[in-house]
Amino acid sequence: MNVDLILVLVVLTNLKLLASSRLGASIRVVAAQGVVLGLLPMLAHAHALGLRVVVLALGSIALKGGVFPWLLFRALREADVSREVEPYVGYLTSLMAGVLALAASFWIGARLPIPTLIASPLIVPIALFSILVGLLLIISRKRAVSQVLGFLVLENGVYTFGVGVMEETSFLVEAGVLLDVFVAVFVMGITIFHINREFDHIDTDRLSTLKD
Amino acid sequence: MKAAALLPPLFAFLLSPLLLGVINRTKAAFAGRNGQPLLQSYYDLWKLLHKGAVYSRTTSCVFRAGPLVGLAAVMVATMLVPLGDLPALVAFPGDLVLFAYLLGLMRFFTVIAALDTGSSFEGMGASREVLFSALAEPALLIALAAVARRAGSYSLTDIGARLSTESWLQIAPVLALVGVALVVVMLAENARIPVDDPNTHLELTMIHEVMVLDHSGPDFAYILYGAALKLWLLGALVLSVLVPSSGGNLWLNLAMALGGMFGLALGVGIVESVMARLRLLVVPQLLVGAGALATVAMILVLR
Repeated sequence: MNVDLILVLVVLTNLKLLASSRLGASIRVVAAQGVVLGLLPMLAHAHALGLRVVVLALGSIALKGGVFPWLLFRALREADVSREVEPYVGYLTSLMAGVLALAASFWIGARLPIPTLIASPLIVPIALFSILVGLLLIISRKRAVSQVLGFLVLENGVYTFGVGVMEETSFLVEAGVLLDVFVAVFVMGITIFHINREFDHIDTDRLSTLKD
Repeated sequence: MKAAALLPPLFAFLLSPLLLGVINRTKAAFAGRNGQPLLQSYYDLWKLLHKGAVYSRTTSCVFRAGPLVGLAAVMVATMLVPLGDLPALVAFPGDLVLFAYLLGLMRFFTVIAALDTGSSFEGMGASREVLFSALAEPALLIALAAVARRAGSYSLTDIGARLSTESWLQIAPVLALVGVALVVVMLAENARIPVDDPNTHLELTMIHEVMVLDHSGPDFAYILYGAALKLWLLGALVLSVLVPSSGGNLWLNLAMALGGMFGLALGVGIVESVMARLRLLVVPQLLVGAGALATVAMILVLR
């Protein structure tokens, strides 16, 4: 039950991200999603609560709920933007696309053969849904910050899937993924800052007119 | 048919204007005023019924039919809605669709009566009303379909009766999503904040109120009474989903249902006090959002 509640919260935060134009609010929503997902391994593996699970959960909560929002808010402040402007796909359309993506993920999730036991039947569809929403955010938004958020949502989807099959994957792989994401967000934060300093804006679509 | 089945329509007919009184008193309390008497809506209706109606020479019989058909439609819809655990007067499989479209019929006649006046402001209001209700209707029907599927029946009475405390333990996310979607639909359909401000009298921003500007006297009383009934009905619908049935005791059920209705009115009053009206451009986003929540609930039920 608790696992299901967390997964429904993940769905709702994803839909909120698709419909929201405010970057600050979006960063907070992604942070909240990260914290809620951090609790997932402890609940999903309550019967075998080892040191490994607790360390992984605490690590991901600290990173996704503390370090990432801090880095992104810093980037936001330095770039001096607060809103997404004119995304390629409008908010209403993205919201409806999100609902379609959810339906599609449930359809695929029901047909995907999963070799191992999974904590909740919702985990696979919602992991797929997070991945699709992340991709949608990356391709449909213009601000670099939104794209970083899309990347984080995508990673949250992968993480959700990883929690479901935790008995099969090693601690090292999970920790490695977390570290990769940390480095990626760190680098992207710096890149946003530099793009902004060179070009006075962080609209990625205008970067394509770059000349040497 | 048991005598208890007469109670939901009876309470709806008698008490629905009181809901408006509760909402207004809540708003007044938040603003630090005394506010109008609780029974002000009844006084208004009484006053309007004793006035004569004025009809413009440019209007036709459609204008005169509008309020009557609207009130008749919503009164028929009253027969279909249960109150808490009390069964509705008429219940048959599929009555939730009839309910939705009786409200649609009421709206349609309000809209053509508004268009019949030829006033440009009323045309604007009509256009907005139609747009917003077109967006609210999928949310309402999908939300009802989700709980109907869960309850295994397409009748509003059965849905209200079969959602028990156990279903809150099993499918809390579904019920919460459906509840939020229905509350948004209720606020939008009844032209309350955050969709429309019932107190504003600036024609450019009004939705529902602007459509009835040309009605007067008894016609206007029918419209006000119809609007109060509609608020009561959609509130009862929200309650039948959110408040689980409690068992057989008639008086306990009645107390819970009436307490729930006026609690809901209190909630609407609080929402109106603490929120600003949304910009017209943002309202579709809210309604599609409600539709999205209802769809998520539907997907969770279907899986």
